[in-house]
Amino acid sequence: MAETSQGEKPQDESKRDFLYLSTAALAVVGAGYAIWPVINSMNPAADTLALATIDVDISAVEVGQAITVTWRGKPVFIRHRTEEEIAAAQVADMDDLPDPQTDEERTIVPQWLVMVGICTHLGCVPLGQQEGDEKGDYAGWFCPCHGSHYDTAGRIRRGPAPSNLEVPEYVFLDDANIRLG
Amino acid sequence: MQAPPPNFTNPVVKWVDSRLPVFTYLHKEYRGYPMPKNCNYFWSFGAMSGLVLVIMIITGIALAMNYTPHVDHAFESVERIMRDVNSGWLLRYMHMNGAHIFFMVVYIHIFRGLYYGSYKEPRELLWLLGIVILVLMMATAFMGYVLPWGQMSFWGATVITNLFSAIPFVGDSIVTWLWGGFSIDNPTLNRFFALHYLLPFVILGVVILHVAALHVVGSNNPTGIEPKSHHDTVPFHPYMTAKDGFAMGFFLLVYAYLVFFAPNALGHADNYIPADPMVTPAHIVPEWYFLAFYAILRAITFDVSIPFTGIVLIEAKLGGVIAMFGAIVVLALVPWLDSSKTRSASYRPIYFWFFWILVLNMAVLTWVGGQPAEGVYVIIAQLSTFYYFFHFLVLLPLLGKIERPKPLPRSISEPVLPTGGGPLPAGATAKPMDKA
Repeated sequence: MAETSQGEKPQDESKRDFLYLSTAALAVVGAGYAIWPVINSMNPAADTLALATIDVDISAVEVGQAITVTWRGKPVFIRHRTEEEIAAAQVADMDDLPDPQTDEERTIVPQWLVMVGICTHLGCVPLGQQEGDEKGDYAGWFCPCHGSHYDTAGRIRRGPAPSNLEVPEYVFLDDANIRLG
Repeated sequence: MQAPPPNFTNPVVKWVDSRLPVFTYLHKEYRGYPMPKNCNYFWSFGAMSGLVLVIMIITGIALAMNYTPHVDHAFESVERIMRDVNSGWLLRYMHMNGAHIFFMVVYIHIFRGLYYGSYKEPRELLWLLGIVILVLMMATAFMGYVLPWGQMSFWGATVITNLFSAIPFVGDSIVTWLWGGFSIDNPTLNRFFALHYLLPFVILGVVILHVAALHVVGSNNPTGIEPKSHHDTVPFHPYMTAKDGFAMGFFLLVYAYLVFFAPNALGHADNYIPADPMVTPAHIVPEWYFLAFYAILRAITFDVSIPFTGIVLIEAKLGGVIAMFGAIVVLALVPWLDSSKTRSASYRPIYFWFFWILVLNMAVLTWVGGQPAEGVYVIIAQLSTFYYFFHFLVLLPLLGKIERPKPLPRSISEPVLPTGGGPLPAGATAKPMDKA
C-alpha cells in the first residue's frame, strides 16, 4: 500500500480520504443502530406504560378534604377545595407569580384541583394534604426539602421550584369519577 | 539508592518469567521503583485507598449473593443479611463504613496533591485519571446507597436523578430514561444494582492506569523537586512497603473502630425506614461525603438573566446543577489553572495560607450542606460557594504571578544532609534483602 501510493497523483489522496471518511461514517451509523436497542431497553417497558391510566372515585371526598392516589408511581393530589380557597386562587395577581397561570387554566371544575404531588424543584412530595400539615405562606402546599411554597391552586409562589405543580391529563367520567392519564 | 536487578532462582518462576515476564514486571514496579526518600505519611493514602477498594469489592460480592434487587424484597433482604446470614452483619458494616472511609482517605489523598502541587507538569494526566476515579466513586457510592431501599435511599435517588430534569428541552426524557418509568421504582433499583456491581471494576481499571501513569513520571515529594540521582530515592520495597504497611495498620484501627463500635454513626437513621414513595422525610440529606457538593447545588437560588430585560438565561435549578458539576470540573483543570512553577506549598508563602483557607471552606460547605436551606444558611452556602470558585478560577492563576517562592533546595537531600545529596549514612545503606 505505502509503496504503491507514493509515486501516484495527488487526486488519489482525496479519493482515499473520501473512502476513509465514508467508511467511518457508515461504521458510526451502524454502531448507533446496534447500540440503540441497549439504550432503548432502559426506557419504560410495556407493562410500566400499561399502568399509565387509572380511574379514581372521588364521591367520598368532602369539601375541604384531599386524597392522594398513586399514578405512574407518583402521588396525585386530588383536593375538594373550599369557596375561600377557590376565591384566594382566583384573585391572585399574575405579576406575583413566577410561573403565571390562571386558576381556570389549572382546573376543569373549580371545586376539584388535581395535581401531581411532586415538587417541581427536585421531586419531593410537598406537605399540605393532611389536616395538621404545614401549608406554607400561601395556605396551599409546602415542600420541606428546599422550602418551596405553593398556593391554593398549586402554583409556585416562593422558593427554588421553577414552575407550578404539574396538572396531569384527566377527564371527568361522571360527577363522581375521574380518569387520570 | 537503587534496588538490585532481579535474579530469580526458583525454576518455576524462571520458566514462567521467560515466557511471560510478570515477575520482572513486579520486580521493576514494586521492588525497584524509586521513591523519593523524603515522602511523608501523606504518601500512604494512595495505597490505603487501594486497600479499601479491594475490601469493598470482596465484601460487595459476598453481599450481592444475599441481596435481592426488588422493591418488595430489597429492604428485607438487607435486614436478613444483618440478622440471619453468617457474618452478614460484619460484611455489611464493613461495606457501609468502607464507603465512608474510602472517601475520607481519597479526600486526604486529593488535598495532599493540592498542597504539594502533585498535579503539575508532568503529572497532569495522573491528576486527571484521579478525578475520573473520584467521579466514578461518587456514582458508585450514590447507586450503592439506593440499594437498601430505605427512605433516604429512595428520596436521595429522587432528588439526584431529578437534577437531570434541569437540562433544557431533553431533561424530562432523560430522567424517564434513567428511571425506566415515571418515578424511581423497580426498574431503577435493578439498573442501579447492575451498575453498582459493574463500576467498581471500572474503577479498578482506571486505578491501574493511575498507578501506571504514576510509575512513568515518578512520585512527587514534600519538596516538590525532582530526584536528581539515585541518592535521592529509595527502592519501593522494603522501604515503602514497610512504611505503607505501618500506615495501613493505623488506618485499619480507625476502620475497625467504625465497624465494631460506631457502625451507624456516619449513616442516617431514616434509611432504616423502608422506602415510601408517598411520604418525603422532613429533611433529606446526602451522606457526609456529598454534603459540600450538595451545598453548592443548593446555593444557587437565583436565576441568571440579562440585566434590565428580564430574559432568564439560566434558571436557578439549572444554575445549581451547573455549579455542582462545575465544582468537579475546576478541580480537574487545576494543572492548567495554577500558574506557579513551584510545586510544594511549603515553598509558597502565600498559597500556603490560601490552601488552608480552602480546606476550611470545604469544611464549612460540608457543614452547611447538612443544614436546612433557609435563612442564614443560604447566605453562608453562597459565600462559601463563591470562595470555592474564587480559589480555583482567580487565586490559582493569580498567585503564581505575584508570589515570590522561597528558595528551593538544590536537591531532596540538601535540607537534611550536610553532604547535600551525597551517599546515605551508613545505617540507611543496609541491604535487608540479603538477610533472606
